[in-house]
Amino acid sequence: MLRYTATRLLMMIPTLLGITVISFTVMHLAPGDPVNYILDANPKASQTARARLRELYGLDKPIHVQYWNWLKSLARFDLGLSFAPDRRPVRDKIVERLPVTLALNVFSLAIILALSLPLGLVAAVRAGGLFDRGSTVFVFVCFAAPSFWIALLGMYLFGVRLGWLPISGLTSLDHGSMTEFGKLCDLARHLAMPVLISSLGGLAGISRYLRSNMLEIIRQDFLTTARAKGLSERTVIVKHALRNALIPVITILGLSVPGLVGGSVIMESIYAIPGLGQLFYASVMGRDYPVVMGGLVMGAVLTLAGNLLADLGYAAADPRVRDAAFK
Amino acid sequence: MLREIFQVLWRNRLAAAGGAIVLTLFAVSWLAPAISPHDPDKVDIRARLKPPGTAGHALGTDSLGRDVLSRLIWGSRVSLKVGFVAVGIATLIGLGLGALAGYHGGLADGIVMRFCDLMLCFPSMFLILAVIAILEPSIWNVMIVIGLTGWMGVARLVRADLMSLKNRDFALAARAMGAGAMRVIAVHLLPNAMGPVLVTATLGVAGAILTESSLSFLGLGVQPPTPTWGSMLTEGKDYLRQAWWLSLYPGLAILVTVLSYNLLGEGLREALDPHNRRAQPR
Repeated sequence: MLRYTATRLLMMIPTLLGITVISFTVMHLAPGDPVNYILDANPKASQTARARLRELYGLDKPIHVQYWNWLKSLARFDLGLSFAPDRRPVRDKIVERLPVTLALNVFSLAIILALSLPLGLVAAVRAGGLFDRGSTVFVFVCFAAPSFWIALLGMYLFGVRLGWLPISGLTSLDHGSMTEFGKLCDLARHLAMPVLISSLGGLAGISRYLRSNMLEIIRQDFLTTARAKGLSERTVIVKHALRNALIPVITILGLSVPGLVGGSVIMESIYAIPGLGQLFYASVMGRDYPVVMGGLVMGAVLTLAGNLLADLGYAAADPRVRDAAFK
Repeated sequence: MLREIFQVLWRNRLAAAGGAIVLTLFAVSWLAPAISPHDPDKVDIRARLKPPGTAGHALGTDSLGRDVLSRLIWGSRVSLKVGFVAVGIATLIGLGLGALAGYHGGLADGIVMRFCDLMLCFPSMFLILAVIAILEPSIWNVMIVIGLTGWMGVARLVRADLMSLKNRDFALAARAMGAGAMRVIAVHLLPNAMGPVLVTATLGVAGAILTESSLSFLGLGVQPPTPTWGSMLTEGKDYLRQAWWLSLYPGLAILVTVLSYNLLGEGLREALDPHNRRAQPR
């Protein structure tokens, strides 16, 4: 397992390099002089001021030198300075926002897993039944409904009409004066809607996938054997079928990470949650290129991390994979 | 074969319904000038925020007194245009790169597939937003960017199909008769690989429409005053307390459209699968 992990980590290095090349290229497709954006295209800025800024951001060097310098500083986790008026380091801006987005996505993944298992399982065991058909409709609707629309409807129903849940931010105004437990409840109330709604897409996908997986396995011989041994139907389904159907789900969970991270842009801007997605959106609107570039790399790294965890989980669950890597 | 596909599609009631709605949407967007009850951009401050059912405004009016139904009808044009052009771009790139990788193999295959893997590492929303930040939001840029970030599925499909097709007898025969690589690929191989590509493209239209509406909702897509379903929802958010209808109908339009393309795509997948066709009674 250790050897598998090490190989898998080494294999990530070229991918990481590729990610930096794509991010760098995308950001340097920009027409015009980036210095203009820093100066808000202020025509009064003198030539010397422009030259100084260009030097500060390394924009006076040839493009491959710029890439190399950027890569070197990236290796030291230095992402440069933001173009925004505060001129803060991009790394600090990203790091302070990352925990919020990570928490949001981890909760979403947990909900996806907790709900899609029973959903997919029951749909497969009673295939063609009322529950199966109902869940099929649910899945198709979840795939087709834009998440920001569901979010709007949720805000209207639970926020405006019923007044059960707050509709923006992470904490209430009187958060500071609450007890520790009260603070936690307050946070949970603020996160409830965004987490639930951002998990809908993955929920639909994974329950669907689990269902078709189960249907395939239910037909196989070893289940007939298990039944023939006189095991109860419950044991057959849960111990023999579900375990085998679950292994590939690990991979799909990993694959749903980019969707969740990308979706956090929308969820965080709707619910005014100060996470990475909202930062990215604000930087795109403000053409804060260093932050956009840092966010792009960060998004890809999160995706890679998701894939890595999925692969490791898969290898831990299925010895055949771990061994096959060395044959 | 085409007839058989239609028959299977017809028997699948959901897919047929999806197809019918898609056709209806074509008609609606084509006939928009004739059927929309009002000018979608006509501002009428006296009639602002009228609820649905108000005389002359079946689905109500927005904060500037514009007719919601008319804006929905005109908005369908943007969705269809973006859906088809973006998927067209993605499919062309996917066909080209997939064919290059699948037919030639070796180094070309390695490069294309690694590039494909790299593109899949980025959360597509991040990549799309980054490019939009550079290119200025507009309907053309939205279509181009969605196309440029959505070709990987098609490329992988075409590559896998061509790898197995290129060594079949008919392909060898074509090559033996002196056909060049381009001709073998375009005339002999690709037509045989189009089925799954068609399915992916149909589902891709649904995805592109969703992405466009998200971008327009964020204010980074098609720019006002052009009516689009996504940007109508942005306004709905601002008037959530006063006018629920602004948030309801455009989302419903997106849902129905995307659902129809998905149902049609799934139906096509079933119809094109020879496994299913044989199972049908003749």
